[in-house]
Amino acid sequence: MSDARGSALASRESVRRLLYPAIVAAALLSIWQALVIGFELPPYLVPSPALVAKTLVADRVALGMALFTTVKVTVLAFVVAVVIGVLISFAFVQSRSVETALFPYAVLLQVTPIVAVAPLIIIWIKDPTASMVLCAALVALFPVIANTTLGLRSVDPDLQSYFRLNHATRTQTLVRLRIPSALPYFFGGLRISSGLALIGAVVAEFVAGTGGSGAGLAYQIMQSGFQLNIARMFAALLLISVTGVALFAFMAWASSAALGSWHSSETSHD
Amino acid sequence: MIGLHDPAPSAHAAAPAAASPAIEVLSAEKTYPDGTHALQPVDLSIAEGEFVTLLGPSGCGKSTLLKMVAGLLEPTDGRLLLWRKPVRELEASGRRIAFVFQSPTLMPWASVETNVRLPLDLAGVAREEADKRVADVLALVGLTRFATALPRTLSGGMQMRVSIARALVVDPQLLLMDEPFGALDEITRGKLDGELLDLWRAKRLTVLFVTHSIHEAVFLSTRVVMMAARPGRVLDALAVDEPYPRTPGFMVTAQFSRYAKRLQDSLLRASEESDADVPPPQQARA
Repeated sequence: MSDARGSALASRESVRRLLYPAIVAAALLSIWQALVIGFELPPYLVPSPALVAKTLVADRVALGMALFTTVKVTVLAFVVAVVIGVLISFAFVQSRSVETALFPYAVLLQVTPIVAVAPLIIIWIKDPTASMVLCAALVALFPVIANTTLGLRSVDPDLQSYFRLNHATRTQTLVRLRIPSALPYFFGGLRISSGLALIGAVVAEFVAGTGGSGAGLAYQIMQSGFQLNIARMFAALLLISVTGVALFAFMAWASSAALGSWHSSETSHD
Repeated sequence: MIGLHDPAPSAHAAAPAAASPAIEVLSAEKTYPDGTHALQPVDLSIAEGEFVTLLGPSGCGKSTLLKMVAGLLEPTDGRLLLWRKPVRELEASGRRIAFVFQSPTLMPWASVETNVRLPLDLAGVAREEADKRVADVLALVGLTRFATALPRTLSGGMQMRVSIARALVVDPQLLLMDEPFGALDEITRGKLDGELLDLWRAKRLTVLFVTHSIHEAVFLSTRVVMMAARPGRVLDALAVDEPYPRTPGFMVTAQFSRYAKRLQDSLLRASEESDADVPPPQQARA
């Protein structure tokens, strides 16, 4: 779906990149449909793809609102993680002692499962959106810190000498050398983080279990499970996956828009 | 210090008396914290307008010496003067040096033009003035057509030209070059050597050039400083008393071969002496 613009260029490669996975999807869905009909599987065990599609349309209002909630939490968490992560990286790069003092806690944050921390956060923070955003942001934070710090340090040493020879100030070196050098790593971190923000948001919803108008897709899945409405479970799951793919595709597009012309990670696959 | 038993070249690299010295290296040495000598004390004086080559094998300290002259490395002991002032005070003196690295060392995200303009931007040169100087220097190295190209779209030789343009754009009096053409094929290297000589003559530069190629050293230099490894040290210097402009034809003359042979002999002798200090294992056991 993100490649819609690419296929407009009518290059055979991008058509193939859409067509082949589509053929696989069509084949799998047909087999699934055939098996469900052939073995007469009841819809509370395995719904057919057609039933899932029908549910998706029938429950579009509830599912759409849930999707909106989940996307809102994900995007907010992602933005928070990026802003905080970048600020922390700049602090790390400016001072080794700051990094030495704080890095173990960044790792601690990363290795502690969010499912274990989420109940605490949800108790402490009353506003459900804020607490879920915080959970998801904690999950998404580490890759931004790790990649951006690495990127800001990965400067060609000769180029750095060149800046020194020309009496470049700290700010000049940061803006003209460190930040551009860090961009490929930064975008690599963003791709990982965007996916993690979605996972964090879904986990937080599961733990929070908030119902009502502010309920997200995870709540829809839980609720459908209780009601043995497996078709709606699949529909909600599908929406989560599509959201993840859309996020990833958007980040890939942003990355190639920013680096496309010069960085080998974006130019070598043509 | 090992002397050359040849009367012709002056022992110990004294500069021609007429011109004033651009570079003076006074017993500068570099020792690593573990005690190994990267470079034994060096005395060297380079006059304005000279084209001096530091020639030697890997590990002889030629890049170390060049980086000390540039102020990128501090000598462990001794002093380095540029136009009779310590390297640190260069900025105030209004003289400019430029450094060309072994690799083109360009910003891959920036166009040729932006790369060449970098030192002017860093120094805060006004926009119009910078535009003009960048255009001039791109014309000088024949890259006007590629002003908006990205470095990765250019060949290795052209990238090196961009690097040289970036050095020349500040209008330096002294050009320091660290094996700039070492990674290029021989034909491209020969071409760029010729262009470099033209620039040196046209702009009346002083050049200190590091290479491990004997032929490149003889072709380019007014004087070749020979260095040896283990420990890194200066052996001797050889003045190449041949007129400019030098054409590729110079490289097939008898004089050229004589210079090359003399350099090769003394470099070989020095490396054999270095190796003799460390006996090979089978001899050590016998």
